[in-house]
Order: sequence, then C-alpha cells, then structure tokens
Amino acid sequence: MLEKALTGTKKYYGWIAALLAVIGVGFACYLWQFQFGLGITGMSRDVSWGFYIAQFTFLVGVAASAVMVVLPYYLHNYKAFGRITILGEFLAVASVTMCILFIFVDLGQPIRVVNVLLHPTPNSILFWDMIVLNGYLLLNIVIGWKVLEAERNNVAPAGWLKPLIYLSIPWAVSIHTVTAYLYCGLPGRGFWLTAILAPRFLSSAFAAGPALLILLCMIVRKLTKFDPGKEQIQSLAKVVAYAISVNVFFFLCEVFVVFYSNIPEHVDHLKYLFVGLHGHGVLVPWMWASMIFMVVSIILLVNPVTRKNETVLVVACIAVFIGTWIDKGLGLISGGFVPNPLHHVNEYVPTLPEVLIGLGIWAIGFLVLTALFKIAVTIKEEVAGLA
Amino acid sequence: MKSSRRRFLKIAGISALGLGAKPVLDVMASSSETAAPKTAKGENVLTAKRWALVIDTRKLQSEEDLDPMIEICDKIHNVPKFENKNHEIKWLWAEEFKHEFPMQEPDFLNDRLKHMSFLTLCNHCEKAPCVRVCPTKATFKREDGIVLMDFHRCIGCRFCMAACPYGSRSFNFRDPRPFIKETNPDFPTRTKGVVEKCNFCAERLAVGKLPACVEASNGALTFGDLDDPESEVRAVLRSNYTIRRKPALGTGPSVFYIV
Ligand code: SF4
Ligand code: SF4
Repeated sequence: MLEKALTGTKKYYGWIAALLAVIGVGFACYLWQFQFGLGITGMSRDVSWGFYIAQFTFLVGVAASAVMVVLPYYLHNYKAFGRITILGEFLAVASVTMCILFIFVDLGQPIRVVNVLLHPTPNSILFWDMIVLNGYLLLNIVIGWKVLEAERNNVAPAGWLKPLIYLSIPWAVSIHTVTAYLYCGLPGRGFWLTAILAPRFLSSAFAAGPALLILLCMIVRKLTKFDPGKEQIQSLAKVVAYAISVNVFFFLCEVFVVFYSNIPEHVDHLKYLFVGLHGHGVLVPWMWASMIFMVVSIILLVNPVTRKNETVLVVACIAVFIGTWIDKGLGLISGGFVPNPLHHVNEYVPTLPEVLIGLGIWAIGFLVLTALFKIAVTIKEEVAGLA
Repeated sequence: MKSSRRRFLKIAGISALGLGAKPVLDVMASSSETAAPKTAKGENVLTAKRWALVIDTRKLQSEEDLDPMIEICDKIHNVPKFENKNHEIKWLWAEEFKHEFPMQEPDFLNDRLKHMSFLTLCNHCEKAPCVRVCPTKATFKREDGIVLMDFHRCIGCRFCMAACPYGSRSFNFRDPRPFIKETNPDFPTRTKGVVEKCNFCAERLAVGKLPACVEASNGALTFGDLDDPESEVRAVLRSNYTIRRKPALGTGPSVFYIV
C-alpha cells in the first residue's frame, strides 16, 4: 500500500517539495544546535524548557484525540465514524512522531538518549511518558494499517485487532494524563501544581484534535473524490463544541481557586500571563487572544445555526486550534517558569533558529500525515470504485 | 564494567576526580576482573549519615563577605563565567532575603536582613524532587545524603531543573571550557548539554577536607553530620534559631540559616 504515497498529481509533488524545503531548513538549524548546544535557543537557567517542550505537549493532545473517533465507532457502534477512524488514527501517528522528535531536539545530549532504556527509572514520569508515547505510536500504526488493508481486500479486520483497538482507547487518555503528570507533580511550580491540569489537557486536546481533523476532512473532500461525510463532520463539530466549552470551564475553575484563595505562589503566574508581572508581560496579548478565540469558537460551535454552516465551521475550528495552541504551545511552559522559584522574573522568547527547528518538525509531521492520508484516501476511492 | 563509573562516584571516600587515585585505581582494577563489586574508602575520608550545612548569616554582613567563598567554589569546580545571562552556571551565589525565602518575608523585615545577601546553593534535600524525576539516575542521592550528578550519564532533559524548587541547577547551554578562567585539573570540566550544581564538595570530603566554602568562611559556616547528636552542626542548631528555604514543600533541605 505504501506505493500509493509515491504517485500523485503535480500539486501533490509540489506540496511534498515545499514540506521538504522547510524540513531542510529546520534540519540545518538543528545541525547548528547539535554543534553549538541549546544556547542557540531562547531558553535559560530560569526558563529551562521552551518552544520544543510546549509543542510536544500540544501535539500529545492532538494525538490523543484520535480516541474521539475511535471510541464512538467501536464502543458505541456509531457507524458514521467508520469512514474516518483511519484519518483519526493516522493523524495520531503523525502527531506522536512529532512529539518524539520535539523531545529529541530538546535533549542536551541527544546521543545519550538510550540511557533512558539502559537505566530504566520508574519513579521518573519521563520514563512512563516514553513508554506510553511509543506504545501509542505502535498501536495506531498497527491498527490503522491493518484495518485499512482489510478494507482494501474487502474482508473484516482480523480478530486479534479488536483487543488492540479497545486497548488504544484508555491508552489515548493515558498519553495526555502522563504528560500532564510531568508538570503537575512538581513542588514549587505553582502554575502547574493543580489536580485539574490533566483534565484540562484532555479537554483542550479533545477540542484541538477533532478541530484539526474537521479541517483535514474538508481538505480531503476538496482535493480528492473521497468524501468523509457531512454527518461525520457535524458529529465531530459537536465533540469540539463540548470539549472547548469544558476546557474553558476547567480554566475558570482554576482561575477561581487561584484568585479566591489568593495564594501568591499560584496567583503570580496567572498574573504574569494575563496582566504582566513587575513590568514583564510578553505573553499578555497572546493569552487574551487565546481566550477570545476560545470564547468566539464556543459561540459559533454551540449555536446549531452557525455550526451547521460549513464556512462558519471552518472559522470556528481554526479559532479553536489557534486558541488552544497559544494556551499550551506558548502559555503553559512560560507561565510555569515565570516567575522562577526565587521569584525573579526572567522572560522567555524563542529565537529564530529555535522556531525554524520547530517548523521543520511540524513539516515532518505534515509529511507523514500527507503520505498516510494519501494512502488511506486512495484506497477508500478504490474501494468505492471512484478511482 | 558498565556501572563501574557509577560505583566509582558512589563509593564513600573515593573521589571521582583522581584525588587519592591509588585506592581508586586498585578498586577499578579489581572490579573489572571479579564479579562482586568491592568498595573501598580513602584513608582520611570524612563520613556521615546525613551531611548538613548551617550558615550563620549574622557573621556574613555584606556581599563582600560572601565573595571569597563563591570565588573559591567557582575556581576549584571549574565553573565558567558567561556574559550571556541565559547561559549562566551557578553553584554558590548571593540572593536577597525576598528571593532566598520568597513568601517567607515578613512585612516589616528588619533592615539588616532586608538588605543583606544570603548564600544560595543546592540544599541536598532529604526528599529531593530532582532525584525523583531524573529518568536516568544521573542525579542520585548518596548514602551520606549528598545529591550528586553523573555528568556522563545525564541526557540533558532538564526535568530536574523544572523539579528543583530552589533554582539550584544550571544547564550547560554551550561548551563551558573556553569560559573557565583557570582550569583546575583535579576536577572535571563539563561538556555542553548536561546539568550541574553544588556537590557539597564531595571530592574534598573524600580526602578528609571540609567543603571549600566552609573553609573560607571564617567560622560562619558549620558543616557536619545531622544524624549525630554530638556533631557540631547539631550543637549549633540546638543553640540557635534557624530557618530553611520553603519548608512547606516537604523537601527537607540540609542547609540551615541562622538569621
Ligand atoms: S536543592 Fe534542588 S537540586 Fe538540590 S537536592 Fe534539593 S531539589 Fe535537588
Ligand atoms: S537533565 Fe540530566 S540529571 Fe537532570 S533529569 Fe535529565 S538526565 Fe537527570
């Protein structure tokens, strides 16, 4: 089936070439970082994680959200999603690939990465994160591939796949939970030290992932003869509507606890993000933009009239994606590290090479996604006799 | 042989640094031949159940009083000096009360404490969060309570830096070697991409010497075994009111401040 990714229209090749160019630039910057050290980034002693780890965290969410199409189909027998589960699973594969790459480029000594396996340390959450992420990647590759193969050959998927599919459901939840545990178990980091962090992660994930999937479905419909379906897109839109609402609700819970209790170690981080602290506040406009995006998207998605209008839906999904991306991809990490444990305010802004390396990884993700979607869609077209 | 370097660091009384090399080399030689790990102690090694440091801030009025200690620490441990603040490496440094003890600052702190500088360093926590989170055991706790780093195992994930609630850790954002004024050949220099911090002068304890800062403190710093009721630190703690940094976090710092 792999060969299906190798043939395509001129446009397809053009897109691939563009991605490869971005990857090339990112890779060149990575070589520079590899040679010089992480000093080419904007990170510091005080903000010791930055853009990379933030992208990783955001993408774990996108990966986990595959469960939002798998679960209704396999557990509730919601037939309509049968058409698009494969797209959800392949999106997960691409996302986890990016996650692993983002962790890798963040390491100070990347060639020593095997030390995590050579000296397994179960008390470290990073150890578990490695296990759940790689496990999830494997599960989705196997499930996606085998189910697609069965579809192509017009047979029912092999029986042994069922337990794997069921396993992939709690596993999806686990990847984002464990990722939240990386942060929320650390003493002295008031911004992260909250039991609602994992639920917040999951809710924003189940909004961002399906929103992206809706956009991808629409692109697929435009570019190919395979139609993921109106009903499917509308059902996904409802998932996004609830998830983004719950996400904002969870955030407001956090805001209440932080400000009503008025404990400075918790208050100061939120203040830094939303109004600035001691005259520092690079993220203030971003955070408010994120809030506005989320609130506007709720209005557009909850209201059935606007949700059913596909043009408006596109706008809403883009708003959800950007809003949650700012929240996790920018605010979460900086917000946790500023102010630092000694209460100094040292801000973080990513550098150009850092952003280019990040873009390179996103491009790799999109390359994987493009290839996998191409395969899936071509087979769907064949099966439907459209090709 | 795989774990020999670790054992090497762990063995109380053996410096990882080639000081007192004779017994060390003997152990290394024999451990590569025989299966059973052997440990050996140097002749003058200072041992304890739990090392602790008491800082009498009454005897350290100004930043100048701290300088000799900071200087000697930086010097013997090959701590580099960077212009770029983002790349800074710190083992022992000075902070004001409000930063040293954030959220512990009384509203009307007396003038002396308000404006003086406090020595800041790794607390060698009893329940160290940095040890808990390290995915490779590159950060580990020795039997004598010292939290140490294996610079050769660290993958540079910086999880430990996020976990330390005291900002005690630094990361080598670039090769530090060109930025070391005068390299001390008896202590390892670090490579880019690994984390480092104060080591309670484990290499000096191994050869019977007190930590360099203690030695340079003119009696303002007391170092000893917290577990031994007869020790000097315990005597000082008995007769003075001391505070520790962020006690509410349950980390159990081994550094005490007489204020
Ligand atoms: S002060 Fe920080 S680095 Fe030192 S032992 Fe405690 S947690 Fe670890
Ligand atoms: S940076 Fe090194 S010492 Fe710190 S947690 Fe990672 S591997 Fe352990």
